Amino acid sequence: MAKVTLKGLSHSYLKTQSSDADWAIRGVDIDWNDGGAYALLGPSGCGKTTLLNIISGLITPTKGDILFDDKVISGLNPVERNIAQIFQFPVIYDTMTVYDNLAFPLRNRKIPEEEIKVKVHEIAEMLELSSTLNNRASGLTADGKQKISLGRGLVRSDVNAIMFDEPLTVIDPHLKWILRSKLKELHQKINRTMIYVTHDQTEALTFADQVVVMHEGQIVQTGTPVDLFEKPKHTFVGYFIGSPGMNVLPCQIKGNDVIVNGKKIETHQKIKKSNFNKTEVGVRPEFISFSNEGIPVKVLSVSNTGRHKIVDTESETGKIKIIAKSNEDIPSGSAFLKFKKEYTYTYGDSWIIE
Amino acid sequence: MNKTVNQKAWFFVIPVFVLVAFNAIIPLMTVVNYAFQETFGNNVFMWEGTRWFKQIMLSERFHASLGRQFLFTFIILFIQIPLGIAIALTMPKEGIGVPVCLVLMSMPLLIPWNVVGAMWNIFALPDIGFLGHSLNALGFDYNFTQQIGDAWFTTILMDVWHWTSLVVLLSYAGLRSIQPAYYQAAEIDGASRWAIFTKIELPKMKKVLTIAILLRFMDSFMIYTEPFVLTGGGPGNATAFLSIDLVKMALGQFDLGPAAAMSLIYFFIVLLVCWVFYTLMMRNEEKS
Repeated sequence: MAKVTLKGLSHSYLKTQSSDADWAIRGVDIDWNDGGAYALLGPSGCGKTTLLNIISGLITPTKGDILFDDKVISGLNPVERNIAQIFQFPVIYDTMTVYDNLAFPLRNRKIPEEEIKVKVHEIAEMLELSSTLNNRASGLTADGKQKISLGRGLVRSDVNAIMFDEPLTVIDPHLKWILRSKLKELHQKINRTMIYVTHDQTEALTFADQVVVMHEGQIVQTGTPVDLFEKPKHTFVGYFIGSPGMNVLPCQIKGNDVIVNGKKIETHQKIKKSNFNKTEVGVRPEFISFSNEGIPVKVLSVSNTGRHKIVDTESETGKIKIIAKSNEDIPSGSAFLKFKKEYTYTYGDSWIIE
Repeated sequence: MNKTVNQKAWFFVIPVFVLVAFNAIIPLMTVVNYAFQETFGNNVFMWEGTRWFKQIMLSERFHASLGRQFLFTFIILFIQIPLGIAIALTMPKEGIGVPVCLVLMSMPLLIPWNVVGAMWNIFALPDIGFLGHSLNALGFDYNFTQQIGDAWFTTILMDVWHWTSLVVLLSYAGLRSIQPAYYQAAEIDGASRWAIFTKIELPKMKKVLTIAILLRFMDSFMIYTEPFVLTGGGPGNATAFLSIDLVKMALGQFDLGPAAAMSLIYFFIVLLVCWVFYTLMMRNEEKS
């Protein structure tokens, strides 16, 4: 068990780097507390797997340090780092039984056989694999195999951190839910630092206490699921988290005023500086309502999801989505929109202005 | 679901049937014909029943060549399979080395059998051949045309040179298809290099190795051209493997009946060994 710290971490798969795009990850700083459940969330290719492999020691970073409990461990190999990692596709040793698979990491570390037996049975019990312990591992279903991968990570009681690299990709949707709850339950039971990489916001938000959102190799925001929803620090977070994502509209900043489509609107922050190339206003569909005055729009379509209605409208500078109650009357043709002040933010060059 | 019955579909099978008939069934039946009869030419045949089969099964000459054949096949399998895997393991996995190695490896496979035999014959000549001359210069008494051990050594060396590449290429393909996650997981599980080989690489290579062993068994069991050109089966009968002995009997002595019986026995041995081997491998597969 350990606290994981990343300091100024950058990595490139190229020998020489000329632009930001040559870096798979750049300037990552992270502090993860011992025993926490964290998620790394981002679209494919944003660098999250690279970051995970750097932490586990499978990749040596180009720049920066990795610290476990404030000790630099950048030069150590995965075994010396004593971490566990579960991969996207279940990795099992085909020729071995389920028992031998679970015992493998312990046997490699020369732990006495009696101790292994106790440990393996304990983990098998937790993962509900006890009845299949003597079966050949290759005969199991995908979720059974992934449980074995998981079990091999959990079986060592002294690991510094357990890392998951999109572990539920190959699992059937109805089993995903079960396995995810299992993970959450395991985390509470064994209380080890867990780092979970995913591109699925539901997985990240339900699993983790703290979610790290990555975009093009950079961390754009770290926070609780509520933070990410209510106060996205980058337009990418607003757009990536939530369904549908945040509305982002171009705006002008004149003095302290924010102007969208020629109308002055109220936002959460007081604007102090305005020397940006691009300024935008972001507001989630949940925090917009129809009103008698405000931003003029044309209502395009309404889709009812059962729980609420999603309204597509078009303003002068772009489309705006609104989530309305399912029993609410939606005006047709022209309408006016009002943004909730506390949840309306201005962004300068995609980053929140504070 | 009801299947449509349409017997006309059988017509589509006719081309294949005709082809197979001409290249397999008819020649094989001719051999069967010879195996049960005696002929003195002029298309006159006399029924002999199983006489030729009994004669071959009891003949010491056949036992000797069959024994030599099995010994040869086992030796080359024993060398080529581990050597092929070992080379595949050390081959580069990326960069310019990959195509270079692959091309170099494929070269021996592209050379015609009789050329390989002729090459090695000249290469191994004790007086002027590079190998033969060098061995003698180093103090070894080497002469593959006269000494049985040297003849076997040269024949095996030639076959290893010619065919190990096939095992290498198949093993390499098998190795490359292993997902990197397996190696990463093994690294994290603290597996030794040996454990990675036995627990990941070998099981993942099982299918290609089955094919490699089958191909090498069949090819080496039916080997003819290369030893025929290299040693001609000699010295004496020391390297007269089944096919060489068979040709001697059929075309040298013109004993068509016994030769036909021997061909059939030969054919059934190859079939039987392949079937037993394949069934064993596949049964193992089903269990898992």
